[in-house]
Amino acid sequence: MIVPLVTGTAVAFWLLAPIIVLAAIGMVMARKPVHSALGLATVMVGLAVQYAAQQAPFLFAVQIIVYTGAALMLFLFVLMLVGVDSTDSLVETLRGQRLAAGLAAFGLGALLVGVMGNAIVEGQVVGYTPEVEGNNVQQIAYAVFGRWIFIFETTAALLITAALAAMVLAHRERIGGRLTQRRRALLRMRKYAEDGTHPGSGATPGVYARHNAVDTPALLPDGSAAESSVSTSLAARGDVVDAHRLAAATKWALDEIDGEEPVGDERQVLGTGPTARGEVDTAPRAEVGAGDERSEATAEEDAK
Amino acid sequence: MNPENYLVLAAILFAIGTVGFMVRRNALIAFMSVELMLNATNLALVTFSRINGNIDGQIASFFVMIVAAAEIVVGLAIIVSIFRTRRSASVDDANLLKF
Amino acid sequence: MVNPLQTAILEPVAASGLFQMAWLMIAIPLVSAAFLLLVGKASNAWGHLLATLAPIASFGIGLALFFQLLGASVAERTVEVPVYEWIGVGPWDVQIALLVDQLSILFVLLITGVGSLIHIYSIGYMEHDERRRRFFAYLNLFIAAMLVLVLANSYLVLFIGWEGVGLASYLLIGFWQHRPAAAAAAKKAFVMNRVGDIGMALAMITMFAHFGSVEFAEVGKNAAQFSPLTATLVGLFLLLAACGKSAQVPLQAWLLDAMEGPTPVSALIHAATMVTAGVYLIVRSGPIFDQTPVASTAVVVVGTVTLLVGAWIGTSKDDIKKVLAGSTMSQIGYMILAAGIGPAGYVFAIFHLLTHGFFKANMFLGAGSIMHGMDDDVNMRNFGALGRAMRWTFLTFAMGYLAIIGFPFFAGFYSKDHIIVAAFEHNMIVGICALIGAGITAYYMTRLMVMTFFGRKRWEHGVHPHESPGVMVFPLVVLAILSVVAGVAMNSWINGWLVPAVGGEEHTYGLLDGFTEPIGWLTMGVVAIGVVIAVSVFKSVPKEAPRGNFLERAARRDVYGDDINNAVVVNPLMAFIGLLTGFDRGKVDGAVEGIGASTSGLGQVLRRLQSGYVRSYGLTMVAGAVLVGAVLILGQLA
Repeated sequence: MIVPLVTGTAVAFWLLAPIIVLAAIGMVMARKPVHSALGLATVMVGLAVQYAAQQAPFLFAVQIIVYTGAALMLFLFVLMLVGVDSTDSLVETLRGQRLAAGLAAFGLGALLVGVMGNAIVEGQVVGYTPEVEGNNVQQIAYAVFGRWIFIFETTAALLITAALAAMVLAHRERIGGRLTQRRRALLRMRKYAEDGTHPGSGATPGVYARHNAVDTPALLPDGSAAESSVSTSLAARGDVVDAHRLAAATKWALDEIDGEEPVGDERQVLGTGPTARGEVDTAPRAEVGAGDERSEATAEEDAK
Repeated sequence: MNPENYLVLAAILFAIGTVGFMVRRNALIAFMSVELMLNATNLALVTFSRINGNIDGQIASFFVMIVAAAEIVVGLAIIVSIFRTRRSASVDDANLLKF
Repeated sequence: MVNPLQTAILEPVAASGLFQMAWLMIAIPLVSAAFLLLVGKASNAWGHLLATLAPIASFGIGLALFFQLLGASVAERTVEVPVYEWIGVGPWDVQIALLVDQLSILFVLLITGVGSLIHIYSIGYMEHDERRRRFFAYLNLFIAAMLVLVLANSYLVLFIGWEGVGLASYLLIGFWQHRPAAAAAAKKAFVMNRVGDIGMALAMITMFAHFGSVEFAEVGKNAAQFSPLTATLVGLFLLLAACGKSAQVPLQAWLLDAMEGPTPVSALIHAATMVTAGVYLIVRSGPIFDQTPVASTAVVVVGTVTLLVGAWIGTSKDDIKKVLAGSTMSQIGYMILAAGIGPAGYVFAIFHLLTHGFFKANMFLGAGSIMHGMDDDVNMRNFGALGRAMRWTFLTFAMGYLAIIGFPFFAGFYSKDHIIVAAFEHNMIVGICALIGAGITAYYMTRLMVMTFFGRKRWEHGVHPHESPGVMVFPLVVLAILSVVAGVAMNSWINGWLVPAVGGEEHTYGLLDGFTEPIGWLTMGVVAIGVVIAVSVFKSVPKEAPRGNFLERAARRDVYGDDINNAVVVNPLMAFIGLLTGFDRGKVDGAVEGIGASTSGLGQVLRRLQSGYVRSYGLTMVAGAVLVGAVLILGQLA
């Protein structure tokens, strides 16, 4: 039996209940939906523990696995689709809605508390009298596959219907033919013929840069940074390393090669610690690597 | 441990859920608030189950979870398709069905 | 021997032999009418011939029954022919049965005989009308309904025929429904007849309430049990009914407009038969009028007033049919007057009714023949000198003319003389009025003759009068002969024939009675004066009607009949209805529409709640849940 928390029921409650309430409030108040989802996850896990504390280990597992694990992750997936970085304005647009909502919810809460306090006979807690021998899971199985079998089968139909409904709702009819590789190539070449857009793949971020990361724009051979090599959303969020600062190091190196007096100190230009130096070293190596690709191809031909 | 505490907790969570549904414009958060309410009722059901010494409360809670799963699937699909056509996840934007 | 001052009480015997076929008289034209209306265009070519055969067949049966009655003893001359049980609820048992007696058989012969002649006449008159088949079907329907009316054995069955002839009259007056005047006239006749029908219905209801039966025989037997007041009421109700149907003052206004119908209709329905139904009704109801001197006097007054008013109208109309219509009113006034006198006058009323049926139908058909030759012109100021152009029409019309003014030995001489004599015996003033009426009759009929057949030609340009075809002349000739001989033939016989049926004094009248009594001479003198005045006044007829004196102008306006109706009934009713509609529009509609407007106004306000914001809906729901929960809890606590 998974009842390690039974003895610490009170501890678990008084410890977790404030956290659960706070997380719930946070869920409602958070500006970012992701934070709300995290708050909800906290609430759900906390509730799972309460289930366990109330001799419902099966629900404890189901709550964690199905609710927190599956359902909430589905929420997060949809959040990604809708825009994970969007921030909601919390300014109320409906006049009086917030005050009225607060009053109504308070009234509801008061009502529920009052009713529930009235509902139970003080201190009367009856222990489970098992219908069959066995643990909680076995008892639930006995009930689900016995008395509630019809409803259980109905829920199966419900789930299938729901899955079908989700597919129908999310389905989008394709307009026009399928975009095959051949057509993509044709389109690219046509675009090149029309306005000279480069037909090949663009520069990948960070390849020629000191930082080998997606938020670092590529450095072109002439020392300038390729703005198009980083995701526009990253650029819009301002999470991209400044291209000119990156280019400055290369420029400094080139100037040094040309025998001219480089402007300023190398450290000063890079503005980073010793680790930066090591990363600067990677740049020529990467440049060589690009050349290696070609040499490998010729080597294969030589082998033939 | 007095089971009343659990019930009060459930009531508070339920009330917070209603506030979330009524106040937040983001469809996803509103939907999460609904889930919060469902969870609150689940807690109440489990507690009642313990109070009465009857496993049926847990069974009910179990069925609520199943139905909630189906509801999440369909609800999210609706939100996605609305977002796809209107480029917005705000429930206030979908207000064409009115006087 | 019947008590001379008592109306005869009917004691019908069961039908046997030929009498059991009496219902065929009604069925034949009825089936013919239904057949023609249902078969439709397929019978266009020969429908009118079939329709003409129907009344002839009925006439044949009627004639056979008449001879059967002639051969029977007096006690067996009242025959009841059961047809079927109509309503049988416990003690109330309404049989549809026919009553063939001396009175009804005379009517049957008049209706089917004159009807047959008019059918034949119509073959020629309606030859070019595209709705001829329908016309003949309506005529057949009328014959059937009129036979039901006169053959009925109870007021209820009579009422069926009463309404049936009203329907046929309506259909035929408005036969040329494309003419607004005809359609309006049909409606007018229908509506005014309904006023009379109310009287009929009330009379029947009263009788039924007292006797539990509306059969003539039952009512006749029990009439003496009426209280004087009830008898008076029933009598006045019946008089109202008679006034409506017979166009008597005050319900006279429809008859003049009814001339919009085709002329054969005017001859058959609005001269010979239907309009005399009121006389028939009063004579049939003799036992009731015996109980009530008040109602009888009212009948006499109505008859006297109408005979003068009708004659007055006749003096100034230029429309030949309207002159004849006024004359019809006047002559029926004589009959009503005679019927009002009581058993002493019943026989004379019926006698005059028969002779009038002949000569007035004759003259109407003659007028139709003139219209036929004059391109449907009815204005006598456009006639003149037609005597030579339409010789047969002229000669036959002249017979009718002599009959109506009471020229010695012609039909009217006998029948009208009796009435005038009876009127003098009844009351001196009434007698003088009847005498004056005879003078005016002579005046306006002479005027009609002079304007139509004598003098200079005043024909409209392009009109070439010609004699009508033989099929139209034949009925004229037959009716002209009847106009001449009917008086002589029936004068000595009809009294003996009818008295057992309607009551009165058995008396044999000689052919020369008119010359032996002073009143006879007086009448002839007055008639001669009327003729002489007319001849001298209408030596020359201006094309345009002169303005005329007050009497003429009143007569041209139908003695203000329509104006009186409008002032007394129509306008007050319209004003009342205007008030009602104003109340309905303002108050009733206002209330209803106000409720509607306030509801929709409330909706306009409430629909703002449907903001489309899901969050508002959620708020409403939560608030509602709190409210319900609070109420439940408070309910628990209370």
